[in-house]
This record gives sequence, structure tokens and C-alpha cells, in this order.
Amino acid sequence: MLDLAVWLSETEWSIALHESLYLYPWIESTHVLSICLFFGTLLFVDLRLTGKVFKNLSISEMNRKVLPLTIFGFLVMSVTGLLLFYAIPVRNYQNIFFRIKMLLIVIAGINAFFFHRRMSKEAKIWDKDSSIPKSMKNSAITSLVLWSSVIISGRMIAYNWFDCDRQPQPRWINELTSCEVDYSLFEGIDGF
Amino acid sequence: MVSKELIDIFYVLEDTFIGEYVRSSLWLFPVIESFHLIGLGILGGSVVIMDFKLMKLIFRGTNKIYVLEQTKNFFILGLSLLILTGVPLFLSEAVKCYYSRAFWIKMIGLVIGVLFVYFARNPLIVKKEGTILILIGFVSFSIWTVVAASGRWIGFS
Repeated sequence: MLDLAVWLSETEWSIALHESLYLYPWIESTHVLSICLFFGTLLFVDLRLTGKVFKNLSISEMNRKVLPLTIFGFLVMSVTGLLLFYAIPVRNYQNIFFRIKMLLIVIAGINAFFFHRRMSKEAKIWDKDSSIPKSMKNSAITSLVLWSSVIISGRMIAYNWFDCDRQPQPRWINELTSCEVDYSLFEGIDGF
Repeated sequence: MVSKELIDIFYVLEDTFIGEYVRSSLWLFPVIESFHLIGLGILGGSVVIMDFKLMKLIFRGTNKIYVLEQTKNFFILGLSLLILTGVPLFLSEAVKCYYSRAFWIKMIGLVIGVLFVYFARNPLIVKKEGTILILIGFVSFSIWTVVAASGRWIGFS
């Protein structure tokens, strides 16, 4: 994977993106706006399931009306996120917060998959008797907690506290971030 | 243009206890910034749902006053979180903000946005019908888009 990141970083477009004065900030601004769209609309979809908002609308109706916006936000967020990764692939690949973010996205994705699979089967039943299973309410809250954590870890990527070029770091940090470090340089320093 | 009186105030603000405390901490600024972004998301959700409803892009057939009732508390929640986190972020780098064009665009946009929502959009949602509401939704959405985007640009200043 590191080799792939190095190869990506040497491509012409990656260098151009990284060195551009305006394109990178514009992509990052679009990424932030799409996060607002995605998270903001997801908040209402999830809170409808907990019965906190739009109680007069059925679950199916709420999903039909708001979920397309959430999906659109997710798509823009993903495309801009990929471009941001592509601009600085090696640093991002070795960034601990980037890795935490990716892990959280995978967990949130699995939660969303099972959540929507069950919802597509049972939403019409919930529409009629208006009793939503507790497990689905918990899943909606889990979704909000996970995506909030994705936002927090994503924001932290900008900070270089655990970057490979900041040594010495604890061994476990270097292992978690795949940093290739010559520890002989740190002999005599406490903890190495 | 630098105003001597105004820049002096910004220096005083930066020297406040909160400003120094946030600046001296390694973690505090990023953590506050993360919650600032979550606040923006909450406010963004309420703005998108209400304004897109007014622009007839979503919630066709749903009463506009009902949508307003369901979203207005999230607007207040998002805005409160934005202000609560935005103030310490600003105090920690007030002088940098003074020289940042993006900061002034965001602040002016924020004031216009809040005034527009409370003195134009929300009262007109109750009173008016028809195409004027499409325009109101579009103006409100545009203002908040500028506020969110310019906020990100402060970091690039």
C-alpha cells in the first residue's frame, strides 16, 4: 500500500493538485460543504427514526424526501475526499487520524447497510403502527455518533503530531502508521 | 485597510485568558474546531431542509410551517454550537482573523444570515405564498453557503 501511495504521489496530477494555490482549498471547501449537507440531512433522517422530529411524516415518506440529498452529499464528499487524498497520498496514508477515519467510515457503512436493509423491508409496517423497534433507534443513534466521530477524526488529519517525519514517536504509533524508522538513531533516548 | 483602533481591540482580544489558553494547548484548538464543524453540520441540515422546501426541491405537499417548526430548533442548536466554539477559536488568533478577508466575509455573512432568517425568511414563511418563497429560500441558502465556505478559507489565509 505504501508503494502505491508513493507511486500516486509521483503522478503529474497529484503534484499539480498539491501545489495548486486555489484548487486544493476549493476542493477542501467543497468537502466541508458536502459534509454539512450529508451530516445535516442524515441528522433529520436518523432523528425521525428515534421519533424526535417530523412525527407527522411516515418513515418511508421522510426517507423518500430527504435521503436523496444525504446520498448526494455523500457522493460529493467521497469524490472530494478522494481528491484530497490523491493530492497528498503518502502523508495521508501514514496519518493515524486518516486511518481512524477510514475505520470509522467502514463501521458506519456496515451499520448503514444493515440499517437500510431492515428499513426497506419493515418501514411500511412501522408507518402503519408507528412503533419502531428499539434496535433501530439504537442504530440511528449509533449512526450519528459514528459520523460525528468521522468528522472529528477527519478534522484532525490536518495536524502533524504523529507524522512520520516527527520522531522519536512511540513504537506503537510508528507501527500503527506504517512509518519506516531507523531506531538506532534514537539509542539512549528514554523509551527506545 | 488597517484601522488603528480596531486592530488594537483585536490585540487585546487575542491577549485574553481564553485566547491564551486555547493557543497554549496542543489539542484544544483542533478539538474545538471539530465541534465547530459539527455545529455547522447541524445548522446546515436545518437550512438545507427549510430552504430546499421553499425552493420546492423537497417536501412537496408538506406544510411549510410544519417544516419550519421541525427545523427551527436545530437552527438555534447549530448556531449556538457555532458561536460557543467560534468565539474561543477567534480569540486564539484574533489578529490573524483581522487580516483575513475570509473572516470578514464569514462574519458579515453570519450577521446577514441570522438577520435574514429571523426578520425575513421565517416571518414570510408564515405570511406569504408563491414564488417569493422560492427566492427567499434561494437567498437564504446562498448566504449560508458563503458563510460555510468562507469559514474554511480562514484556515488558508
